[in-house]
Formats: sequence, structure tokens, C-alpha cells
Amino acid sequence: MTTLSFDSPADPILERRRQIQGIAKATVGRRKTYSRVAIGICWVFLVIAVIPLVAVILYTLAKGLPAWSTGFFTQPTKPEGIPNGGVWNAILGTVIIGAIATAVTIPLGLLAGLFLAESDGWAAGAIRFSADVMTGVPSILMGIFGYIALVRTFGYAGWIGAFSIGMIMLPVIMRAGETAIRGVDPHLSEAGLALGARKFMIARRIVLPAALPGIITGALLAIARGVGETAPLLFTIFGNQYLQANPTKPMEALPLVIYNYSSQPYADLIQIAWGAALLLMSAVLILNIGSRWLAGFLQRERR
Amino acid sequence: MTEQLSRPTVPTAPTPPTIEDNVNLTTGEVFLDRSTGHPVMQLKDVGVAFGGRAAVRNVSFDVFDREITALIGPSGSGKTTLLRALNRMHDTVRSAKVTGKIMLGDTDVYSGSTDPTLLRSRVGMVFQRPNPFPTMSIYENAVAGLRFNGVRKKALLDEAAESALVAAALWDSVSDRLKAHASTLSGGEQQRLCIARALAVEPEVLLMDEPTSALDPIATKRIEELIGELKSRVTIIIVTHNMQQAMRVADRCAFLLMGEDRTGELIEFSSTSKLFSEPDDPRTLDYVNGRFG
Repeated sequence: MTTLSFDSPADPILERRRQIQGIAKATVGRRKTYSRVAIGICWVFLVIAVIPLVAVILYTLAKGLPAWSTGFFTQPTKPEGIPNGGVWNAILGTVIIGAIATAVTIPLGLLAGLFLAESDGWAAGAIRFSADVMTGVPSILMGIFGYIALVRTFGYAGWIGAFSIGMIMLPVIMRAGETAIRGVDPHLSEAGLALGARKFMIARRIVLPAALPGIITGALLAIARGVGETAPLLFTIFGNQYLQANPTKPMEALPLVIYNYSSQPYADLIQIAWGAALLLMSAVLILNIGSRWLAGFLQRERR
Repeated sequence: MTEQLSRPTVPTAPTPPTIEDNVNLTTGEVFLDRSTGHPVMQLKDVGVAFGGRAAVRNVSFDVFDREITALIGPSGSGKTTLLRALNRMHDTVRSAKVTGKIMLGDTDVYSGSTDPTLLRSRVGMVFQRPNPFPTMSIYENAVAGLRFNGVRKKALLDEAAESALVAAALWDSVSDRLKAHASTLSGGEQQRLCIARALAVEPEVLLMDEPTSALDPIATKRIEELIGELKSRVTIIIVTHNMQQAMRVADRCAFLLMGEDRTGELIEFSSTSKLFSEPDDPRTLDYVNGRFG
């Protein structure tokens, strides 16, 4: 039995409280400074990391904006010395090639991603591994692959460019889809199972709708990645001075314009290349921002 | 609403306290009663809003020294939101705004000159789910708060850790493996480690947010017994869904209820016995009798 006593200076707990609060108060200034300095260093590094990005955007803006005119968006590319040249043929080519690549890779990548998310077998492991490897493969290899496998048989064509770009997009969509689907609360699937639903019905009615914001974000990011690629197009679509909407024929595309015209010795063509670079950058930026906004919007809608 | 509770142990005249007030019925151990009988925290017209939408409002009551005050009420009545306002946990939520006045002794909790980290070393918190720091050992967990507050003296760290682990009824089972990882403990033990971690800083007030909701009945019983024992050391404010728990552990209860506009309000604050047997408000009676909620 402890002896009973009231608050007395000898009370070890009150004594320790006094001591700890004293130390806390005495060191609060030092701790505050330490924290502020550390956060300040984080800011400095953040700024350093962002400088190249901002510099590229500003520089492209400054160089590319003067190239933008009505003709730039409505006229096809014209040879050096002929005024009022544009990139309309390249815009059309990029849109068509991007659309074909997207139309093929999204269903393919999504279903493959669904399989990866739902399966833990050796096949899924192997596919996941090769998808990861494919994301890291230099994109020029996709172009060379398209050239050897298809161009030598069918000749240069827009659809082969779409194929090569699709090879870049596919693993991105697959992995993004898998991540989004895996992020869905497994209890939801269990609830479906407990109602007697079959696996694919659960995927179609419960899991895929719940994963939709993540899937859309992943798909838009993959498109943004795909349309910005130059190397897969170099050996596959050849380029085309004229307006060409038929994807079985050689086509022009924005990255190709940038690549070809920026190495020309003519100021007006270099100007066009800057304009095309700004256009492509804006498109990718809008796709990125749009995907984030859309994902956030869908997330909010559901609550 | 805030009727005064007469306390036989208030040392106005130094009469020895009676055994009944200070004895742990399971162990027979007798506690020191350090209570001053004064409020340690005072809430005046406290409200919390998120992005302009009020989650709880118009809450006023006093938290008395070395008492256990329970916040009860159905889901959505703002119990946890109110609790987190007491040690400025809402500071990290940009859209959150706390109104009214909260006093801790002479300190205005939301005054600009009050350092929130110093405040939180005086008002500790235990959460719903046991959350010991996974990369730290049992000992490191126990002294984590002290280290964060600048305590470096080994003797003080050791002394505080042992005292807190003893108080959390954990010392006997972990004293021989203080270097083991906290994740090797069971759920109930982990929660007691979290209580020890909070106690080691020797806070004046300990906030407990449904501390047993993730535990099984046996672990819950041990924590409840523990809460009763800790009363001699620290003032406790506990949020609970469980009315029996409030009845078992609390000296006073604050009953919160969600109004028409989905904002939580304080309906009644009184001693536990009064609140559960003859409350002033008919809604309190309905709730404690299990007619809703």
C-alpha cells in the first residue's frame, strides 16, 4: 500500500512534468529553427528541380508563339522561301496516328491490365515483367521494329507509325490500369462474390467503374506520352509535305516537323519547328492537366 | 447544465481521502489523488467547420482536473472533430476552422502566441487504431515524444519510459525486451504502448479517440481498467461510441447530437450518473436508453 498524500513537491510525476515542460520550452526555439531550415532546404531543392521545366516552357513559348498565325494552323508545310507555311498536315497526321494508336491500345491495355490485376500466376508475372521492360526500351527501337516488320512489306504508312507509338503506349496503359484496378477496395469484390456474381461480372459492374478515374488518368497520360514520341515515327511514316488523311499512305506528324525543320539552315523553317514544338507541348500539357482534372472531377462526383 | 459535482477528495481542508475513491478494485493498489478540483480545460462556444460547413458548434463545458470526461453521441455528431480541436490537430487541415475559445489552464489554445507543438506536449492523444511507430523499438516508441520535445538526458528518458510503461500496465511483459520492435506486440499491447508513449511526455490532458474500437473485448477491458487507473495521473477526455464504456469509466459525460442541418451540437453535459439516469433533455434519455443512435 502506498502512503496517501496530496500534491506535494515530492510528487515524482508532477516533478517530471515540470522538468519535461521546462526542457520542451527551453528547446522550442532551437527545434523551430531546425524545422524551418530543413523546410527551407526542401524549398530550395524544389525550386532547383523545377527551374529546367519552367525554363523549357518559357523558352519554347517565347520562340514558338511568334510562329503561330492562322496560316500556321490551316496551311500544310511549305518548302523554304515560300511564305505562309503551316503545320496543318502535321496536326492532322498526329491526330489520326494518335487516334489509331489510342483506339487499339486502350482496350488491349485495359483488358491486359485487368488480367494482371486479377491474376497472380506465372503468366501474369511474366507479362508484368515484360511490360516493365518495354516501358524502359528506347523508343527508337520501336521505330526500327516497325520499319523491319512492316515498312519493308507495306511501305511507309501512317498506321505503322501508330503501331510503333502503340508499342510505347501499351505497357503504360497496362500498368496504369493494373494499378488503378488493384487500388479498388477488395471488400467490394468480396461483396459481389457473396451475391453470386461471376468474376467478369464483378470486374465489369463493380471494379472497372470504381477504377475509372485512375484508368482515365493513365490512358490520357499514355496518349500524351505517345503523341510526343519522335523516334518511332522516324522510320515508319516518312513525312509528307501535302495534306494526307489516309493512314495507309506516308503522313506528316508534329514531332517529325520539329525534328526535320529544326536542323534546317532556314530561319522560316526553324520558326515553324518552334511553333510546332509549342503546339505539341501545349497539347501534352492540356492532356496532363485535363486528366488530373477529370480524375478529380469523377472522384468528387461519386461522393 | 454544468452542475457542480461535489468531490470528497478536494483538498480544501487536508482530510485524508477515503479508500473508496482511490483504490483500484482489481489490484487493491491505492492511488495518490492529485486532483485540484478545478477545471483544466474550458470550452466556450466551440465550433469546428470544414470549408465553411459547420461540423460541430456551440459546445461549452469544463473539463475537471484528474477526471474522465466522455464525449458520447451517435456517428456524425462531431465527437472526434471536437476532440481533435482540443490539441489543434485540425491545424493540418487547410479547410478546417475552429471558432470559440478553448482554454488549457491559463493558455488560450488558439491564441497566435501559443505554439501548437508545445501545446500538444501538454495535451496528448491516443488514436482509434494502435499506431506505434513501426520502425522503432518498444523503448524508442515510449520515449519518442520526449525526444521530439528536446529531452536528451538518458536518465530522464529511462525514468519516464519506465514510469509510463508501468502506468500503461505494459512494463511487466516488455521490460525484458525493450529493444524488440513494437510490431511484435499484440493489438491490445500496441494500444497500451501508444498510451505509454503519450503518457511519457507527462501531459496534463490525454485525449482518447475511441481507443478500444479496434480491440477485442478482453483487450478492451484491460484498457478500460487502465483508463481508470490513469486518472490519478492525467485528466482524460475520451470519445466513445459505447455507452456502457462511458458509464463504466467516465466521471462526466458530454452528449452530442447531430441537428437538423447535420451539424453536431452539445445537448447535455453532466455527471455520468445524472446523464444516464435522470438527464435534463428528453433526447439524452432516448439515446442512453438505446431508442436511437
